[in-house]
Amino acid sequence: MRVPIKTRAVLVLFGSVLFECGCSTSGVLDPHGPIGGAERTILFNATVIMLAVVVPVILATGLFAWWFRAGNRRARREPEWEYAGRIEFVVWAIPALVVLFLGGICWIGSHDLDPRTRLHASAAPIEVEVVSLDWKWLFIYPNLGVASVNRLVAPAGTPLHFRLTSAGVMNSFFIPQLGSQIYTMAGMATELNLQADDPGTYAGLSAQFSGDGFSDMRFEVAAVSAQAFAEWIAETRAHGGALDTHEYAELTRPTHKDAPRTFAAVSPNLFDAILATPGAAPLEISK
Amino acid sequence: MSAIAEEIPLSERGPAPTRIVVSFGFWLFLLSDIVIFSALFAAYAVLAQRTAGGPTGAQIFDLKHVFLETCCLLVSSFTCGLCVLAMERRSHTMIYVWAAVTFVLGVSFISLELSEFIGMFSRGINPARSAFLSAFFGLVGTHGIHVTAGLCWLAVMMGQIATLGLRPKVAQRLVCFSLFWHALDLVWIGVFTIVYLGART
Amino acid sequence: MFGKLSLAAIPWNQPIPLITSAVIIVLLAAILTLVTYKGWWPYLWREWLTSTDHKRIGVMYVVLALVMLIRGFSDAIMMRSQLAVAAGSAAGYLPPEHYDQIFSAHGTIMIFFVAMTFVIGLMNFAVPLQLGVRDVAFPVLNSVSFWLTAAGVLLVNVSLVIGEFARTGWLVYPPLSEIAYSPGVGVDYYLWSLQISGLGTLLAGINFTTTILKLRAPGMSYSRMPIFCWTALASNLLIVAAFPILTATFAMLLLDRYLGFHFFTNEAGGNPMMYINLIWAWGHPEVYILILPAFGVFSEVIATFSGKPLFGHRSMVIATMAICMLSFMVWLHHFFTMGAGANVNAFFGIMTMIIAVPTGVKVFNWLFTLYWGEVRFTSPVYWSLGFMVTFVIGGMTGVLLAIPPADFVLHNSLFLVAHFHNVIIGGVVFGAMAGYTYWFPKAFGFTLDERLGKAAFWCWFIGFYLAFMPLYVLGLMGATRRMQHYSDTSWQPLMLVAFAGAIVILAGMSFTIAQLIYSIKTRERRRDTTGDPWNGRTLEWSTASPPPPWNFTVLPQVSGIDEFWRMKHAGKKLTSGAAPPPSIHVPRSSSLGFLTAFCAVIFGFAAIWHIWWLAILGLVGAIALTLNHSWQLDTEVQVSAKEIAEFETRRKVKPG
Repeated sequence: MRVPIKTRAVLVLFGSVLFECGCSTSGVLDPHGPIGGAERTILFNATVIMLAVVVPVILATGLFAWWFRAGNRRARREPEWEYAGRIEFVVWAIPALVVLFLGGICWIGSHDLDPRTRLHASAAPIEVEVVSLDWKWLFIYPNLGVASVNRLVAPAGTPLHFRLTSAGVMNSFFIPQLGSQIYTMAGMATELNLQADDPGTYAGLSAQFSGDGFSDMRFEVAAVSAQAFAEWIAETRAHGGALDTHEYAELTRPTHKDAPRTFAAVSPNLFDAILATPGAAPLEISK
Repeated sequence: MSAIAEEIPLSERGPAPTRIVVSFGFWLFLLSDIVIFSALFAAYAVLAQRTAGGPTGAQIFDLKHVFLETCCLLVSSFTCGLCVLAMERRSHTMIYVWAAVTFVLGVSFISLELSEFIGMFSRGINPARSAFLSAFFGLVGTHGIHVTAGLCWLAVMMGQIATLGLRPKVAQRLVCFSLFWHALDLVWIGVFTIVYLGART
Repeated sequence: MFGKLSLAAIPWNQPIPLITSAVIIVLLAAILTLVTYKGWWPYLWREWLTSTDHKRIGVMYVVLALVMLIRGFSDAIMMRSQLAVAAGSAAGYLPPEHYDQIFSAHGTIMIFFVAMTFVIGLMNFAVPLQLGVRDVAFPVLNSVSFWLTAAGVLLVNVSLVIGEFARTGWLVYPPLSEIAYSPGVGVDYYLWSLQISGLGTLLAGINFTTTILKLRAPGMSYSRMPIFCWTALASNLLIVAAFPILTATFAMLLLDRYLGFHFFTNEAGGNPMMYINLIWAWGHPEVYILILPAFGVFSEVIATFSGKPLFGHRSMVIATMAICMLSFMVWLHHFFTMGAGANVNAFFGIMTMIIAVPTGVKVFNWLFTLYWGEVRFTSPVYWSLGFMVTFVIGGMTGVLLAIPPADFVLHNSLFLVAHFHNVIIGGVVFGAMAGYTYWFPKAFGFTLDERLGKAAFWCWFIGFYLAFMPLYVLGLMGATRRMQHYSDTSWQPLMLVAFAGAIVILAGMSFTIAQLIYSIKTRERRRDTTGDPWNGRTLEWSTASPPPPWNFTVLPQVSGIDEFWRMKHAGKKLTSGAAPPPSIHVPRSSSLGFLTAFCAVIFGFAAIWHIWWLAILGLVGAIALTLNHSWQLDTEVQVSAKEIAEFETRRKVKPG
């Protein structure tokens, strides 16, 4: 019997996929922040709702085709039957209801999880300004006066407020285990709010293809205790040079596989200067 | 078929005659051309304020000049209509006369537009200066290219009427040309309003 | 003199493109030599290259699609094999500069030159026959459309031998595609190739919309039109409305690249976000252009092989036209992560879900067509059932991605890649294969071998799941698209499974090729002598297989849906005893299409390499050819009553 095998095969494949998803140890299904957590919930809920329709449809396909096969003497045949008002009603109603339900999730979810929405937390947010370059990430802490390349250190349990732009081509700032990504575009400042609930190391990447060095455009996110974060700030201020216009111009030159590095000092106006000169390195930064 | 002709709905009368098929196809082509212009208008709307420190529309548009261009084009649309009417009357002389007037008016439009552009270029006002100017030259330039193509088409039509006579195929093409010419007029009204008059606000 | 072109344009130091190009050139030379040696040129020129017959043109489109499927698939195998090995610190065998061209070419070829071409080919072949008329509205334009598409195909493939292809992805987003970041010729190859073939597609859209709306057999009102023609109408309306946006957007990018304009550049006020909006305003309708005719194929196949009319025909038509209109209102879901704000994102998310409603209606109606039917398990039915199972999964993941917060973590990941392959392979490819198998006997007079067809199906079906289910998982694990290598070695097992799936799909394609060759060799066993091998319902099955150039000796008089089925069962003749006409006019063949495309290739190549005098020559040539054609009066050929009568007697079974 061909068709049941086909349906079974599909279900087995799908089931094993789901099983593997559940076993996943990193990524979207293993969030470590409130945004990622909420997004995973939406993923699960929406999937379950839709499976309630999809699974019966798949089963019905196999079942109907097999039962009504030409050789089956027991099957009823109605070769003129082409319309039934009640079925038509149900056929429009089921998708409409599902869509109504999911539409509600969509509306509420979009508003709750808008990247610009500030997170509710007791601690004041850490401001981070992000610049995507070829092919590395620059993180500026404007209120703390330090900067870092390819490594984002942040205190766990504290909201992070990002302003993002690009030095050249479009990229997308994405930390899968913390939640939403957002595009970075030259001349535009996008905004994102995330938080890491637990200390740990999380992978960050660019999710918008940006050229030959794209695959190496990875960064590490180190969520640490508040104490460790303060220590890191102090240490960063003590070593290394300043990120001035000359250093920044150096950064804009295309490089691959940059090792993480830090800058002991950075002007709080650097980000705005970069914004004001899309596609080119600023010649001077206003004080 | 026993039914009386009027009782058969249009959709059931079988394949339509060639002149209807050709006109309909040409209308679709015109609609697709309007979509191209819509995209260019959208680009203009988005980029109109992005002058990158360069000149704005209010600073560079000479509305009197543009008014003259508009008159040329609008009148040429009228004379084009007269040309088609002459064709329906099979009055060969008047076809050529009105076609020639349309052609001259069209050439005047293009010359005026070219002089506007050349004047701008000589003052460093060119599309490479800013996004606004790119959108301006892109939109108005595309319209100008269409008008130029239309003028070439008109010349070809006169050649065809002279050599092939007013057979149905040729007459159909002249009607299609006139539709094209009128459509370009409509687009120009959009350009005139949104680009030139819009720059004053 | 030769612009930017020099001998350095040939990839001497890149073994893979160099060897591939050499092999292709040798193969082409061998084929051309064979054709010359056998003296086939006059036949090919007269009967195929200059044909204005929609049936011939349809076949040529499908052949082009199948050939390009092989090219696009080789790109896919390279990508899968690269990712199967490039884990951890391994770099794989394809450097980024090369890999980037491969995935860009893969997407471009599959969408524009496989999917579009296949779908347009099927519509070309079947629509006039289903409408009961002799040809499309503008037969010469039809030939021009095909050859312009072929010109685009040629240009993209030339980029393999001379120069390079775009390294930006298949939609060439700026600023990456601007001169500053893509100074080479790759993006120019992409743009000119698609402008030329895009013109062909637009003309086809105008042609088919006019045909369906103005040329139908007497009595065929809209409600009596076959469902495939309805979906073809919706698809072609979308082509007419959406392709000009593509043309305009690419023109703007070309102006940026060639003349220093600033539509989408970073500096001087350009706006790359506008490009993304414009390109997806085309891009979303594009995928509906592809899927709607596939839906039409499934409707025809399921109804025919269930021996029942399509369930809820009117609903299906309404659903089709609803999808057609809604497809223009969802484009922002391709870039929820650009930061538009909650209200805008939510609006487009909800609109996207609303499209799932008419799509769901279609699936249910197909189910109820099977119900109480008598289902014959031919290979078109296999493809249809495989589609129904696969497409609903793809649709589900699509609705999932339509929720902006879900998209925020899945955008541009391998989950997205799995979703769109799910719907395109499960929908468009399976539909194309179903249509190909279904209409093959009508085109060539014999059916394809069933066993090899079913083997092909199983390989595609199983191969698809093996190749793409792991990608859903990888996307959830944080893997993004267009990676040339990755550092997390725990992803590698899944990449290997995906590679195995690609191999199984390769087996499927091999079976399809084997099926064709074997079926031709053994065609006498499966001759279609009646013209109606499937006990069909629609008018194309009332003609001979293959039909004569004029399709129908007397145009059928239609009084209901599934007219042919009604007539068969009422025992009546199709044309109610009307006498054959004294002569029939068919369009004369024309070399305009082939020659204009030749000029278009010259123009495109010259424009890419900045060889201005040659570009002008190509353009002038194309215009001169068109003018010359417009002076021709003798555009039809008369088929005599004698020839018609001879054809009718040669048919073993009379029509009706």
